[in-house]
Amino acid sequence: MVLQPHDPTNWRGVWVWVEQEGGVAHTVSWELLGQGRRFADALGVPLAAVVAGDGVEALAREAVARGADVAYVADDPTFASFRAEAAAALLVRLIREHCPEIVLLGATTRGRDLAAMAAAELETGVAADCTSLELDVEGRLLRATRPAMGGNVLATVAIPTQRPQIVTVRPRVYEAAVPDPSRTGEVIAVPPALPEEAIPTRVLEVLREEGGVNLTEAKVIVAGGRGVGSAEGFRPLQELADLLGGAVGASRSAVDQGWISYPHQVGQTGVTVRPDLYIACGVSGAIQHVAGMRGSRYIVAINKDPEAPIFQLADYGIVGDLKVIVPALTKALKERLGK
Amino acid sequence: MHAIVCIKQVPDTEAPVKVDTARGELLLAGMPTMVNVFDEYAIEEALLAREKFGGKVTALSMGPAEATEALKKALAMGVDEAILLSDPQFEGADAWSTAYTLAQAIRKIGDFDLVFFGKQSTDGTTGLVAPAVARFLGIPALTFVFKVRSLDPVGRKIVVERLLEGRREVVESSLPAAVSVVKDINQPRYPTLLGIRKASKMPVPVWTAADLVAAGANPAGFGLQGSPSRVLRVEYPPARAGKVELIGGATPEEQAAALADRLLGLKIL
Repeated sequence: MVLQPHDPTNWRGVWVWVEQEGGVAHTVSWELLGQGRRFADALGVPLAAVVAGDGVEALAREAVARGADVAYVADDPTFASFRAEAAAALLVRLIREHCPEIVLLGATTRGRDLAAMAAAELETGVAADCTSLELDVEGRLLRATRPAMGGNVLATVAIPTQRPQIVTVRPRVYEAAVPDPSRTGEVIAVPPALPEEAIPTRVLEVLREEGGVNLTEAKVIVAGGRGVGSAEGFRPLQELADLLGGAVGASRSAVDQGWISYPHQVGQTGVTVRPDLYIACGVSGAIQHVAGMRGSRYIVAINKDPEAPIFQLADYGIVGDLKVIVPALTKALKERLGK
Repeated sequence: MHAIVCIKQVPDTEAPVKVDTARGELLLAGMPTMVNVFDEYAIEEALLAREKFGGKVTALSMGPAEATEALKKALAMGVDEAILLSDPQFEGADAWSTAYTLAQAIRKIGDFDLVFFGKQSTDGTTGLVAPAVARFLGIPALTFVFKVRSLDPVGRKIVVERLLEGRREVVESSLPAAVSVVKDINQPRYPTLLGIRKASKMPVPVWTAADLVAAGANPAGFGLQGSPSRVLRVEYPPARAGKVELIGGATPEEQAAALADRLLGLKIL
C-alpha cells in the first residue's frame, strides 16, 4: 500500500508521451507508439498519444498515422521549450482525467524527469530505463527489465498495485511505428496545466557546440581507452566514427587522463550504451566499462594485448596497434562504401 | 545559504556483483561499500556554494547504520551537519518511497535554498530520486547539471548548464531548487586529516520513522510497503553468444580489410 491505494480495475488504456523538439518527434516516441499499439491490442484498449509543444498539431496527426487512436495535444507557447514542471502538470492532469493503465516514455533525460515527477504526484511507480518489456495480459501487468548496478545485472520490476504503470524505455529497443496516412483517430486539443507565471524555470539558451555527443542513441560507437595514448590519438577514431555516422566513446581512464571530455564516457560512471556496433580501440575491458557497453549488438576489439579482457566479449578482434589498424580500417571501409 | 546534500552509501563499484541465481536476488551481504561517486560532486558543489555565500551545508542520507560512513565522509570533506534516516520501516524502499522519505526529512529540516544530489546512484541507476523529491517539495528540479553559472541567494535565482543528449541547456530557476549534478562538474576535495579527525568526533543524529511521522509524514509511504514498484527478479545479463573471431593477416592493412568485409557482412552499416 502506498499513500492512496489504487484500484487497478478502474484504469484502462495505453499511453505514449511524444517527446518533441521544434515540432519533430524523438524517434523513441515512435518506437514506443509501435510497441504501445501491440500492448493496447493485446489488452483490448485504445492507444493514446500525448503531445505538448508550440505548433505541434501536425505531430498529433502523425501520432494517429503511426497508430494512436487518440492524440491529446497541448499546443501552447509555454511548451516552446521543454520544462519538466509544465509537462508533468499537464500529464498528471490528463492521467487523472482518463486513468490509463500504462504510460510509456522514452528513457531520455527529459523522459526520466517527467516520469519521476508525474509518478511522485500520482503515487505510482516508474520502471526506469528499461530494455525489454513483457506484458502479462491476464494480470494486465507489465514486467519491465532494466540494467542495474551499472549494467552488471538485469532487474525485472513491476508495479503491481498502483496505476498507471509508468515505464521509461531506452531508445532503439523497438522498431519505430510506420505511418499509415489512411489511419483515422481523434485529435483532442487540451489546454496547458500551468500558466507561464507558475512555471519556475526558463530555458535561456541551448548550446549545440561541436563535439556534442549523443552516445545513447548512436548506432555505431568507436571508443578509445588508455591505449589511445593522447588527445590527438582520438582523431583517427573520430574519423572512423564520422565515416560510419557514429559517435566517439571513451573509457574512464581516457577521460581521467584529460584526452577527451566526460560526455564521451561509457560505463558505470558514464553512460550505458547499446549501439549496433561498438568498436573498442585500446580499451582493456574493465568491468565498469564493460557493464556500460555489453548490450551492444556487435563488439569489435582492437588491442595490442591479446590477454585484454575485452576480447572475451568481442565478436571480432584484431591484436595489433590501433594507431595503424584504425586508419587502415577507415580506409578499407571508405573504399567499400564508395565514399 | 543553506544547502542540503542527499547522499547514498552504495556497493563498491570495483567489487564483483554477485547474484543468487536460484532466488533471483542480489547478494549484497558483505559487499564493500562506498559513497555514490556522483554524490561526491554534489557535496563539493554544496561546499563551493557555502564558500561563496556563507551559510551551512547539511548532508542527509537514508540507509542502514553503515550509511553513517557516507555522512562521515561528507563531514570530513567539510559539511557542517549530517543526519541519518534509519529505521527498519524504511527498508526496501524504491525510488518513490526513498524520495518521499527524503522529502519528509527535508521538510522537517525546514529552511533551505538548494538540495543537491548526484545525477543517479551507481547501484539503482534510475535517476528518479532528485526530480521526485523536488516534486514532493513543490520546488523546481534542475537535473544533469554540468555547471552552476550563477547563484543569487538574495535575488532568489540560479542559472545552470544542464548536460543533455548531444547538447547543453542553460536554465534559469527560482530558489529553492533541487539540483542533480553530473561527474566532472567540479573536482571533489579529499578529506584532510584534520577533517577526518573532526568528523569522527561529530555526532550524526538518527531520525527514525517516528521522528518523521511526528513531523507530519505518512508512514504508509515508507519502505517496501510504501514502494509502488517491486523487483521481481535479478539475474546476470545473458552471456554474449559465441567466441571472438580473431582476424589475422600478413599486414595490418590486410587485417583491417578483412575486418571491413566482416563488418559490411553484418548489414548494419
